[in-house]
Amino acid sequence: MSLAPAAAADLIRQTFGIEPRVEDRLVTVPLAREQWPDFGRFARETLGCLYLNFLSAIDWKAEGIEVICRVENLATGVAVMMRTKLGAGELRCPTLVDVWAGANWMEREAFDMFGLTFDGHPDLRRLLLGDNWELGPPLRKDFVDSGHVPYR
Amino acid sequence: MTLPPIAFQALMAFIVLNAILVVVAYVTLLERKFAARMQSRIGPYYVGWPHGWLQPIADALKLMMKEDVVPDAADRWVYNLAPIVFLVPCLLIFATIPFAPGLGVADLNIGVLFFLAVSALEIVGLFMGGWGSNNKYALLSAMRAVNQIISYDLPFIFAALVPVVLAGSMQMSAIVGAQAGLLGWFLFYPVIGQLAFIAFIVATLAAENRVPFDILEAESELVAGFRVEYSGMKFALIQLAEYAHMLGTSFLGALLFLGGWLGPGPAWLGPVWFLLKALVVFLLVTWVRWSFVRIRVDQILAISWKLLLPLSLLLLMASAFVVAFGAGHGA
Amino acid sequence: MAVARTTVEVGYGGGERLMMNMGPQHPSSHGVFRAILTLEGETVVAVDAVIGYLHRCHEKLGETLTYVQYPTIASKTDYVAAMTSELAYVLAVEKIAKFEVPKRARYLRVIAAELQRIASHCLWLGTWCMDMGGALGGGATVFLYTIREREDVLDLFESLTGARLLYGFHQVGGTRYDIPPGWDAKVRATLDHIEQRLHEYEAMLEDNAFFLVRTQGVGTISQTLAQEVGVSGPLARGSGLQWDLRKAEPYSSYEDFEFRIPVETAGDCFARYRVRMVEFRESIKIVRDALAGLPDGPISSRPGVKSVGQVRVPKGEGYSRVEGARGEVGCYIVADGSPKPYRMKWRGASFSNLAVLPHILPGCKVADVVAIMGSIDPVFGEVDR
Repeated sequence: MSLAPAAAADLIRQTFGIEPRVEDRLVTVPLAREQWPDFGRFARETLGCLYLNFLSAIDWKAEGIEVICRVENLATGVAVMMRTKLGAGELRCPTLVDVWAGANWMEREAFDMFGLTFDGHPDLRRLLLGDNWELGPPLRKDFVDSGHVPYR
Repeated sequence: MTLPPIAFQALMAFIVLNAILVVVAYVTLLERKFAARMQSRIGPYYVGWPHGWLQPIADALKLMMKEDVVPDAADRWVYNLAPIVFLVPCLLIFATIPFAPGLGVADLNIGVLFFLAVSALEIVGLFMGGWGSNNKYALLSAMRAVNQIISYDLPFIFAALVPVVLAGSMQMSAIVGAQAGLLGWFLFYPVIGQLAFIAFIVATLAAENRVPFDILEAESELVAGFRVEYSGMKFALIQLAEYAHMLGTSFLGALLFLGGWLGPGPAWLGPVWFLLKALVVFLLVTWVRWSFVRIRVDQILAISWKLLLPLSLLLLMASAFVVAFGAGHGA
Repeated sequence: MAVARTTVEVGYGGGERLMMNMGPQHPSSHGVFRAILTLEGETVVAVDAVIGYLHRCHEKLGETLTYVQYPTIASKTDYVAAMTSELAYVLAVEKIAKFEVPKRARYLRVIAAELQRIASHCLWLGTWCMDMGGALGGGATVFLYTIREREDVLDLFESLTGARLLYGFHQVGGTRYDIPPGWDAKVRATLDHIEQRLHEYEAMLEDNAFFLVRTQGVGTISQTLAQEVGVSGPLARGSGLQWDLRKAEPYSSYEDFEFRIPVETAGDCFARYRVRMVEFRESIKIVRDALAGLPDGPISSRPGVKSVGQVRVPKGEGYSRVEGARGEVGCYIVADGSPKPYRMKWRGASFSNLAVLPHILPGCKVADVVAIMGSIDPVFGEVDR
């Protein structure tokens, strides 16, 4: 499958009715939460994005949490940045583990850091934080830390 | 000699035992220095002038003063007894080694057999240590030890029996006697001698649990194997036993293949020659140790059963064949 | 999708399984890593990898520190190859803010990154051999040889930046230090030494049958598995992927240099070893070329740090990545116009590389676990961040 970024964007537009943003080789696709796993499978199978760069999340305060996932087709160089805004107060997102095996640890990390629940994840446990961590997900913007200020 | 034989032997045993302990201590220093040279280091340097020659003494003192920690969950009897059970056979093997004609504890007529039988006993101590520690690493190591010793004792024995067959005797002094003369050493015996020596060295490495066959120590996966829970003096006893075993096997190699105490010069130089030859064997083993990586347990077993055992059996048969047709020294 | 092997059934009648902990404190855990192995005899049937013992929440730290402060902290993520993670961070900032970087600075960054790769691979080779050969065996010998070479490279870094492990060499807009007088001659002499000694290591390892049987056919990563786990760097190239960011997405003037990307198709430990051994030589070549072509000029477009809030980045976001010694080290930054990032995400190469471990370990022997671990070359500062 050899698709240029523009062709990939066209295909996405036709299949999902989304207007992707093309920037050099990167195609950014804002998705609805329901489209997340379907688009993942589409990116993998149709666009050939086998390679998983990373999966993470951003906390936009009032707008809620946005899950981002960057995948890439190493042969053609097309990279797809999937993003989905979960909505205020929403902490559930479908999993991508059955699409990319590497999403396993990355989703566990997001679970750790943002308190997100990935529906369908086979083994959603804490990855980085200790079992005795009680201060809440540290990368959320409403996180109140211990008050220790690094030297400045 | 006006002493009764039993008193003489007791005296000899005392002397040999203590001499061996000193030699073993300094063999560790030798190995450390040798390894250091290989690795472009200096090695022990500061304890004792010159070149840290007091290091073994300092190590022994340090180990004696260390706290003796016994794990709560250990099987105390087995755990405490294991280092001794391990040490005794390793020291007992020196009983039949003659250091010069008549200079030895007991020159048994089945000396080689005694050596091989006793040295195989060390596995009991190893297994007790691994089992009694009640530690998973130690347990796994004990299982590997049994695997390995069983598979390597056979080639070890067969390789050691080649000189026995060539000499026609199991008595150590007789085997040395059969190697007299220029190029009379069994190492120089055409083809059979060299191959048997190689088989002997490889089996020795395995019997001594040295790299590349040190899977029971295997500190990168099993931390320290069967001795992971040992500390202080018990650890020192295990170390002592290992090095004594190594030294004993080196002596055996020198006896069987390198002509023992035979060498140019007056007769009193015999023990010196013998020690030098044993150290050559020891350094050969050390050389291999510090340049190879460890291999896996299944590969170790494969090497033994598929390569070494057939080879050593073949050599034994070949030497028997040679002797039967009158070309051997002893027959 | 390649089906991940999580358990392997072996024909073993006893049914007795042993749970064995490898780590967090273990001679070959390369830091603090815990693998809970389920064993049947000597065979691994399942593995649970536990990480996070070195977690410092760098991503939170990145949100609390300014663009001037953080680059020196970035080096603490991958402390074995500190230069590359610093570089990833400053590249991301420069990408969003569209800062120009002078050519001399770009060349200096290339030199630093490639020397860092050499140092990192030296440490990898030594520790990996030590995993297989033991601290009391031939592995320790290789370890002491390679650490001697790494020491030479660290000496170079010391005279360049004043630090030996965590450098703070990069800053947004360029580099912080220029090379001291006579440094390039020292670099060339060191590289000559290392190049000559690489032959010695290869002779010592590849002519050694025991090394070959321990590495060939062990820990095979298929091309598909490598991609979908996100494995990069020498591991991906050892699995037959022609993928190197220095070529695929040249940054910091890598397009000026001629070099080869080694690719091996076997995907086993030996393939990864071969890839890294060739990379050693390619890095040496790149450093030589960069030194020869080092242009004159300023080393930074934003010289002189007057305050920690000096660098302001407009609203925007960007992902930049560099080919570190272990693979794709990426930094994703969301900037909101303030002197600090709104969100910073580290994509650790070791994190993704290590995630392949539970997929390839089942079915191996216990001794292979350490060989495979070592060949993956994880740095736990980068795994846990």
